[in-house]
Amino acid sequence: MFKRVLIANRGEIAVRLIRGCREMGIESVAVFSDVDRKALHVRKADHAFHIGPATASESYLNFDKILDVARRSKAEAIHPGYGFLSENARFARACADAGFKFIGPTPESMEMMGSKTRARQNMKRAAIPMVPGSERGLAYEAAEKLADEIRYPVMLKAAAGGGGKGMRMVSTREELRSAYENASSEAQRAFGDSEVYLEKFIVNPRHIEMQIFGDEHGNAVYLGERECSVQRRHQKVLEESPSPIVDADMRRRMGEVAVRVAQAANYHNAGTVEFLVDEQRNFYFLEMNTRLQVEHPVTELVTGLDLVHLQMKVASGEKLPFRQEDITWRGHAIECRVYAEDPDNQYFPSPGQITRLISPSGPGIRRDSGMYEGWNVPIEYDPLLAKLIGYGETREQVIERLLRALREYFVGGIKTNISLFRRILHDPEFRSGKLDTGFLDRLLERPYHESDGQHPVMAAIGAAIFATLEPNGTLPGVAAGANGNGAAVAPVSNWRRNARAEALRER
Amino acid sequence: MTYDVVVDGRKHQVELDRGDKLWLCKVDGKPIEVDAALTARDVLSLLAGGKAYEVKRERSLQGELHMVIGSARYAVDVQDPRSLRTRRSIGASDAGPQKLKSPMPGKIVRILVSEKDEVKAGQGIIVMEAMKMQNEMKSPKDGRVQKILTAEGAAVNAGDTLAIID
Repeated sequence: MFKRVLIANRGEIAVRLIRGCREMGIESVAVFSDVDRKALHVRKADHAFHIGPATASESYLNFDKILDVARRSKAEAIHPGYGFLSENARFARACADAGFKFIGPTPESMEMMGSKTRARQNMKRAAIPMVPGSERGLAYEAAEKLADEIRYPVMLKAAAGGGGKGMRMVSTREELRSAYENASSEAQRAFGDSEVYLEKFIVNPRHIEMQIFGDEHGNAVYLGERECSVQRRHQKVLEESPSPIVDADMRRRMGEVAVRVAQAANYHNAGTVEFLVDEQRNFYFLEMNTRLQVEHPVTELVTGLDLVHLQMKVASGEKLPFRQEDITWRGHAIECRVYAEDPDNQYFPSPGQITRLISPSGPGIRRDSGMYEGWNVPIEYDPLLAKLIGYGETREQVIERLLRALREYFVGGIKTNISLFRRILHDPEFRSGKLDTGFLDRLLERPYHESDGQHPVMAAIGAAIFATLEPNGTLPGVAAGANGNGAAVAPVSNWRRNARAEALRER
Repeated sequence: MTYDVVVDGRKHQVELDRGDKLWLCKVDGKPIEVDAALTARDVLSLLAGGKAYEVKRERSLQGELHMVIGSARYAVDVQDPRSLRTRRSIGASDAGPQKLKSPMPGKIVRILVSEKDEVKAGQGIIVMEAMKMQNEMKSPKDGRVQKILTAEGAAVNAGDTLAIID
């Protein structure tokens, strides 16, 4: 086993990895940028090195600086976490060339799965189920024939394209010809290439992914699925395991396909195979994420495994300590991603100082957090603050546990999306498990007012007593420099309040 | 001591009389006895009528005051009659020049108008980026862009005036 591991990341995942290291008797080496000197991962690590300015390209994404710290700290291995360098095959290769073990798959596997189109071609060869359709451009007659075969609705897509250009959804055969011609001319204008191809359009798809794990001795297993359909603008917000629609048989079938994907890529360490699932519960390969995922804790809770420990063991050359038939699943887990963003202002990021932090605990609650009271959330990075994960016997019990924990959770000074989770967890559609990737966007379009405000009189009394006891209580602005951004703010400025209320009003 | 407390837009008159053990409160004339204990900065435990409430105070960088009880959040404005502060209802009209201020530290990505341009209330004036997200700052009123006090690419702090609309 390694003696010392460099964690090339920050935030909650760096803290999670440092904790895993400590449990295994491995010394951790943290790296930090100018604005992260006081970050939690620096406080928790055994060693910590400054690597440059806030800009990620000059710090957390900079190969040379990270490899230099690895040398100076005498680390043996580098864990990239998620994001930043985690799926960068060139970095994995640079680690190997410099004599450090990259904790993750080989650069070759990463390259093979890195590009969506290349991954699809490779997976097609391995007979992995894909959304039915043509790989390349089609003449109209061929498109018509194929659409009849795979049945409507279908999607026309520009072969050269992306970003929605040259894309058309077609529900009936009658619409196909004009849609084909429009898509084709749009593709010609946008990409100088009129070729269009055709794919089955999946109505109300779910996004379900399968955790896999491979060792360096040819063994690979699946560790169960995660339902990730609750997304806002393609960003996951809440994940759970098991999925409300996956039974033991479907889990086995999806798992076996995922393991075949892993084997086709000669995959080592933790990976995730993403599937699109249609209303008939058919599943189609989407892509593979070649890293530890943000949402790995839900899998840890239902399998009882520690994925970070496993990563360390596998990377140091050990065999997987179990076989597929040893894996069992128990109970249910749901993760809420707590972001520093303002639900009342289109989820705009809300950096700044956390003036008060009261964290939930108690039965069935796990919190993977990168924040603490007094810490200043920097503007430079992803606004994920913490993950609140609930575990229980049944999905219903977990929902009630999380609602209880969310009630205990209090983050003062900045805005967070905590109230969003109350809304999701109370929603009848969510509670009945009826999910698809459009669920959250639909929920957010509906007008909503938290109906919980039963105690306005107590709020008035509380406010008045606060005004008497702590007239100058916490006024983050008045504590001026403490905010680090030097903004001196008057306790209550009508200017500011009005400017903000008006300027940021919903479009 | 008497305060005018606006809770979610409704005004309450709160009279406080601190007794030996309890606070004798009157809210809009209705008496309530309250046992209050400050358990931590910004965290108040209130006992009233056999019920227990934990009230948390939160003041944002923008100066908005909230009371949080359980999972409910109340927007609150405390007006102390003794204080010199002007009531917010005054001066909140559209009359006169208004400043467009940055609500948080960030970077100016684009400026969508020029000085002297006519703008409508709600029209995008400046696009700023913070934490890798872009947001449009909108005009607080119908009027004319009197001054632009920032530039594309500039880093700004919370509270900085970015433009003045008259």
